[in-house]
Amino acid sequence: MAEPSIASNQRVQVNAIGLSRADYRGSPSTLCQGCGHNSIASQIVSACYDLNLIPENIIKFSGIGCSSKSPTYFLSRSFGFNGLHGRMPSLALGALFADTSLKGIGISGDGDTASIGIGQFKHLVRRNLPLVYIVENNGVYGLTKGQFSATAERGLSLKKQGTNPYLPVDIAMEALASNATFVARSFAGDPKQVKELIKAAFSHNGIAVLDIISPCVTFNNQDRTLHSYTWGKDHESPLHELSFIPARDEIMVEDFETGTTKEVTLHDGSMVILKKLASDYDPTSRWEALRMLEEAQANDWLVTGLIYVDPVKPSLFELYDLPTTPLNRMGEEQLRPKRETMAEINALMC
Amino acid sequence: MEKIEVQASSLLASQPIVNDFSIAFGTINGSGSQTANTTLLRALFRMGIPVSGKNIFPSNIQGQPTWYTIRLSKDGFLARRETTEIVVSMNQATLTQDMERLLPGGVLFYPDELRQILIREDIVAYPMPVKKLSKESDVPPNLRDYIANMVYVGVVAEMLGIDLDKIHEALVFHFKGKQKPVDSNFNVVKAAAEWSAANLEKRDPYRVEPMEATQGCILTDGNTAAALGAIYGGIQFAAWYPITPASSLAEALNDYLPILRKDPVTGKATYAVVQAEDELAAIGMAIGAGWAGLRSMTSTSGPGLSLMTEYAGLAYYAEVPLVIWDVQRVGPSTGLPTRTAQGDLTVVKSLGHGDSQHVILLPATVSECFEFGWKAFDIAEHLQTPVFVLSDLDLGMNEWMSPPFDYPDRPMDRGKVLWEKDIEKLGCDWGRYKDIDGDGIPYRTIPGNRHPKSAYFARGTGHDENAHYSEDPEIWEKNLARLVQKFQTAKNVVPPPYLDLVQGAEVGIITFGSAEPAVIEARALLANAGIKSDYMRIRAIPFPDDVEVFLRKHDRNYVVEMNRDGQLNQILCQEIPDKAASLISIAHLDGLPLTAGWVENAIRSYEEEK
Repeated sequence: MAEPSIASNQRVQVNAIGLSRADYRGSPSTLCQGCGHNSIASQIVSACYDLNLIPENIIKFSGIGCSSKSPTYFLSRSFGFNGLHGRMPSLALGALFADTSLKGIGISGDGDTASIGIGQFKHLVRRNLPLVYIVENNGVYGLTKGQFSATAERGLSLKKQGTNPYLPVDIAMEALASNATFVARSFAGDPKQVKELIKAAFSHNGIAVLDIISPCVTFNNQDRTLHSYTWGKDHESPLHELSFIPARDEIMVEDFETGTTKEVTLHDGSMVILKKLASDYDPTSRWEALRMLEEAQANDWLVTGLIYVDPVKPSLFELYDLPTTPLNRMGEEQLRPKRETMAEINALMC
Repeated sequence: MEKIEVQASSLLASQPIVNDFSIAFGTINGSGSQTANTTLLRALFRMGIPVSGKNIFPSNIQGQPTWYTIRLSKDGFLARRETTEIVVSMNQATLTQDMERLLPGGVLFYPDELRQILIREDIVAYPMPVKKLSKESDVPPNLRDYIANMVYVGVVAEMLGIDLDKIHEALVFHFKGKQKPVDSNFNVVKAAAEWSAANLEKRDPYRVEPMEATQGCILTDGNTAAALGAIYGGIQFAAWYPITPASSLAEALNDYLPILRKDPVTGKATYAVVQAEDELAAIGMAIGAGWAGLRSMTSTSGPGLSLMTEYAGLAYYAEVPLVIWDVQRVGPSTGLPTRTAQGDLTVVKSLGHGDSQHVILLPATVSECFEFGWKAFDIAEHLQTPVFVLSDLDLGMNEWMSPPFDYPDRPMDRGKVLWEKDIEKLGCDWGRYKDIDGDGIPYRTIPGNRHPKSAYFARGTGHDENAHYSEDPEIWEKNLARLVQKFQTAKNVVPPPYLDLVQGAEVGIITFGSAEPAVIEARALLANAGIKSDYMRIRAIPFPDDVEVFLRKHDRNYVVEMNRDGQLNQILCQEIPDKAASLISIAHLDGLPLTAGWVENAIRSYEEEK
């Protein structure tokens, strides 16, 4: 069904299913020049292209805010629904039941997820809906012009807002506390890592939370603040060098130095190869993940990479005894009980 | 134990009163009395006698007073009555109050261990050896309190002439045929009946006799009926959050879906039910599913509805089909959470901020709960809009006798949906919000459609005919005008009003929902007093043209409803302003179902003043 939109006689590079990058693009962004969200949108395009995903097999979701506008900037050929502020998780959950063969990607922000939407976020995580859930985290409300969000660090000073008196919410930690099965953190200024994590997230059979620090160049990009490019570049401390290997690719083990890598096989047979950097980090231990986040917070590190993954826990859909035919392709024949059952039901009420 | 001798008056009525009286049961909630009460109700129903049962219960799990009333009416009237002829009082705390409710000549049944009782002299009182008989039963001591209520079932059955075989059948029904509980309970019933026959002398006029007025009927509650209707309507997705009085609707889905909706070939479920974290999440899930092509619903009550408001507005503007059952209870706020009302009409009509108009269905009977259960999906998908169905606690949670459910009389209407081949056939671009047919209803595609031109981006923000973001003033206004046109189309899609026109009637009586039984009976009382009335029961908003035609027939149209502000009356005034002067609001809300006496008095006093 995949149809390239560009005639084949033109010299355009295509992927294994014959689609060009243009087939994964969206409308031009209306966000600010230099916004981290734009960089994330292009990595989504790149990741889907690399993974050979059919755009029609993906549904996009978002809430409200700058981040939530971005699903129109990628995958024009995919269905999408821009819901309410902080309430995208419920929308995504209902929609994905309709055809569980579709892949979902939800884009949220720190206000959308950590403030107004923290309830739906945590419940979505505990239900383990298969969904790539990206939080474009910049510590401020952009669309309403620069108020503090729940992820803003204590002591942050912003024009007009004064100084933030409250401690921040750590989205990765909240996700872990709610039994997330895939938690990663990255930095919009590290596009390669962002892309590899998005690819791994698409292969994960469950909720994949990606907390991506995405600086707001207009309202929160002071050199010394946590959600800025400069701070991020100076303080980023990757847990590992991360490569995603799709299921069908032959893994060339010799590419990786033995003893310095850890492999995690995801649900669909694909693999994440984590090359050891300074420390030895095991992303399959929830306890280790929490300890590491605590340590990072104490030391003011922006630790990035795959923080935690549990590739075997059943997804939401495995808890329901659903048929292989998508529910939304069923007609009256499957959905309306037969006429003769009516008398039996009436007999139960006498 | 000291037994207090009571001097019962010997009011031996000359005429027996048969199948035409009410019994009130005063018990302590959490004591299992509901089993006893519904057993009596079903036994009477199985004897062919028209009955209705109403549970007046507290917002509490155990220990508070609770009442149940059964009305027997040979004429088939099912409304609540203000007075009662018989009281069974099992609760020391409320015995005096319960006795006060009795009409002179009435009957009191009470446990003989209750102390310090001053029995009214104008009633007949029967003591019952509740403790003694439950102690003698074979049930373990921890279940004795539950079985104690079966003592009054047996005594009342013996004294009124209720067929013990029918009691047995009702117990088999209640315990779904499980031999042990049926036997334990029935043994107590039998012992109590035998004790009464040997020890009590019948001194009151009330009797039951078998009739043939319930043949072919069913006895069930509106929430079960609604759930079954939804199942026959092909429900595929439900999300809900627990709330009285709506919970039992979703629970009935969970009961019946596994029986009725396994795929015959694969044995897999053709549905999914999710208990959400709150009502806003519940409607969010239902909207996601409705947008993605599932027959989707949620069920709630007032406070949940308030929480759903923002998403309801999005669904209206993004044009997403889904069904929302509102089983109404008394608000504002937590209000009277276990009492009935019809108070959500005006808020639902335009739920959401800005200009919104919602389609509302108004069932009045359990068979209509079933019918609207499946029809609501057809209407929602036909119109691509949320459809609200307003039931209430009285209709939803109490058991009603009813004609059996009718299998849907038409195929499913899935509305204007374009799949791959339809887009291919069109040959050109389609626009999600383009009005091709002039009825205000556009065409939609559904996620999972693999045609490269099928996708669109749904949103609550301003959008043009192609679903692209737009802040253009003209585009905004044109789109909102189309939604008005769609609402006009809805007039011919929703159920028309039920009409009963009478030769020579001067006044019209209008009502909706569960206010109907009181109005039906009040019309009979008014007719006896020489006031003939035409009757219209409104079954949906927007109003089909028949509503205006009815209003034009009369100088005085009484609008009877169960809320403080006369909400249906307000909407009628708004929608048909030049007949507003003919409308007289007969509105009342105290948490209890309306009674015919109140309706009759209210209308008569207007008629006498005119």
